[in-house]
Amino acid sequence: MIEAPEHHARRGSALDAMVTVVVLLALWQGVYGYVGDAAIAPPLTAVQHLAAMLATASFWDHIMATLTAFAGALALAAVLGTLLGLVFGIRRFAGDVAEPVLAGLYSVPKVTLYPMILLMFGLGMGAKVAFGLIHGVIPITLFTLSAVKAINPVLLRTARALRLSQFETIRTVLAPAVLPEMVTGLRVGFSLTLLGVLIGEMFASQKGLGFLIVNGLSLHNVKQTTAVILMVVLLAIAANGSLLWLDRRLVHRGE
Amino acid sequence: MTRQRAVTLTRLAWLLGAIAVLEALCRSGMISPLSLIPPSEMAVALGGMLWSGEMTADMIQTFSTVAIALTLSIVIGLVLGVAVHALPRLSRGLDPLLASYYSIPTFVFYPLFVAIFGLNTIPLIVLGMAFGVPAMMMSTMNGLDRIPRVLLRTAKAHHLGRIRTVALIVLPCAVPYLFTGVKLALAYAFIGIIAGEFILASGGLGHAIAYAYDGFDSRTMYALMLFVLGLVTALNMTLHAWEGRLMRRRIGHD
Amino acid sequence: MAVAAISTQDGTPASDPAPHVGLRGVTRVYPGKLAALGPIDLDLVKGEFFSVVGPSGCGKSTLLDVLSGLGRPTAGSVTFEGRPVSGTVPDGVGIVFQEDASFPWLTVHSNIAFGLRRVGIDAAEVERRVDDVLGFMGLRDFANAYPAQLSGGMRQRVCIARTLVMRPRLILLDEPFGALDQQTRLLMGDELLRLWRETNATVLLITHALDEAAMLSDRIGVMSARPGRFLECVPTHWPRERDSRIVSDPAFGHVTARLWSHLRAESLKAIGGTGVGR
Repeated sequence: MIEAPEHHARRGSALDAMVTVVVLLALWQGVYGYVGDAAIAPPLTAVQHLAAMLATASFWDHIMATLTAFAGALALAAVLGTLLGLVFGIRRFAGDVAEPVLAGLYSVPKVTLYPMILLMFGLGMGAKVAFGLIHGVIPITLFTLSAVKAINPVLLRTARALRLSQFETIRTVLAPAVLPEMVTGLRVGFSLTLLGVLIGEMFASQKGLGFLIVNGLSLHNVKQTTAVILMVVLLAIAANGSLLWLDRRLVHRGE
Repeated sequence: MTRQRAVTLTRLAWLLGAIAVLEALCRSGMISPLSLIPPSEMAVALGGMLWSGEMTADMIQTFSTVAIALTLSIVIGLVLGVAVHALPRLSRGLDPLLASYYSIPTFVFYPLFVAIFGLNTIPLIVLGMAFGVPAMMMSTMNGLDRIPRVLLRTAKAHHLGRIRTVALIVLPCAVPYLFTGVKLALAYAFIGIIAGEFILASGGLGHAIAYAYDGFDSRTMYALMLFVLGLVTALNMTLHAWEGRLMRRRIGHD
Repeated sequence: MAVAAISTQDGTPASDPAPHVGLRGVTRVYPGKLAALGPIDLDLVKGEFFSVVGPSGCGKSTLLDVLSGLGRPTAGSVTFEGRPVSGTVPDGVGIVFQEDASFPWLTVHSNIAFGLRRVGIDAAEVERRVDDVLGFMGLRDFANAYPAQLSGGMRQRVCIARTLVMRPRLILLDEPFGALDQQTRLLMGDELLRLWRETNATVLLITHALDEAAMLSDRIGVMSARPGRFLECVPTHWPRERDSRIVSDPAFGHVTARLWSHLRAESLKAIGGTGVGR
């Protein structure tokens, strides 16, 4: 059984968050002071460089390359993962057969499959989407499966007691009951799909944010590497934060 | 036939069936040998490579890196977990960090680590620890949280001192959860380190796969892939089964 | 909500030629296990309050399953209002389960309205009925709260309200107050009686609490250890207008004594005398 990563992280106050940010920035500056310009750019320089890059059209090309692949991969992962999870959750035997296999695939270094994907799809958008897909589809499937299995049986008995049809039961009882955990799975899938796309870009691409990070290293352009990493981190935190907020507002009410 | 057995056999049948289909598709030429080689050839190639010893150096490098990352993850994660559990103030500071931590693709830091530490195993170890430490830490906290309070009060009723309480009650109670942390830390170590070796490294199994890919050496590449996937899966399955056995003895677990 | 009561002055439910609920030779055997229930012969008179008591594992919940249509008997027949019951829950039957069955994603109001909305009653009528029941069950102040914000007792009230609003003619309750403390149970028992009188439904209550059965019911069916059969149906002759204060009636002690005289032996059997207990 897998849980959402934040399962044990309770809600901190804004003050705690600010303190943490300050501490991290100080650490960053400290590391820079220790290793110097050859290895990392300090916070201020990174921000400035990032701002400069954002003013260039070519940087936006890279951003779009990453985002397009990411959006495609996530959409596919969400649809496929949800369907598979529902099927495996409802059909118990199939679910019992499949779950350990899925859990095994979850814990395996999926980069090992990248060369095979590249050989099949060639270098390009198709491969990137495939990378993101294989990372994201598994947690979405597992969380959905787990959600369906965990439905309190008394809710289904209530549906029968209220004489609901099969379709109505799925629509008005099963779907809302599994939604919270499914949404958590989608959040985890979101992060992993992004990771998959980025790693793919770092390995075999001439476009995208992942490429820029590695590219900065080979060109000894440490500012570029640091700035793009900063951007990716900020984007990831912002996206996850929004998803969490939506989740808490709309889905996990009152918990 | 019990249901459990039926499930296991069905799973086996599906897996073997999938391999058989792949084998047939490859041999018949429907899948080009440039994309994928037949599973049997992968196995043969792997056998040959293991026997000839050409994999040994990379294997040792990867395994030792994983071992170091795992050990550090366990120790640091354990210490942090205990510390945070005992000092709620610390947890309040870490909470916002943990909340977003798993959403950050920490892997993107790897090139930075290489720039800082050089192209050796240190950045790989850091990468392997990146998710292992929080996993171990949270498993430790979880395990400590789940000790039923009534057991601690029973310890007091038996006049057990601090140390004996920890040794006789806290540890045995928390062990299954700590074990979960170890399991996760191992998985994350492998994932991070092999990915790192793949992108940028001087040796190791991940690097060997990337090297074989660049050199159009499909046989070596697939053999290595088979090895890594098979090994990691076997390790995870073993730990998972072990974990299951530990968990089943839990009192009052959900 | 009030329907003309059909009862005689001393409280015995007016006799009806055909039983409201009838079970004949009902047994239930689970595959691979010992027989769980039966054979059961039982007739429920329309409008009566009938309780079922018995040792752990005797099949009380199985009885409810079979009676309600949620499960099928292995042998025998079940009828409700003259028509056979098998496999589906008939119209007019309401069930309150042992566990909390409130839908966590809906407010109290939406929970209660849930069943009504599914059968296509128009919105104004739904609102009227839900409001009625909210008032009746004392839940008006919590109409917009979510179940997670309520106590166990309140949640169970929501489940009862959700059943009640459908105006069932037969109400089945499976240890509905099991998770509550004794004092709350007594108060909920009084509410249940009030409900019963207002709706004139036939009520079948499964409980392990002998005093609860004794004070609430017109008749109490005592079940044997597994496989459960009815050893005796003990009548109480209580007036229809009764509440928990009936405990001060001298007959109350006799009733509970009668119940325990049967159950003590059966309960010993159930906890391992013959090794077939749970």
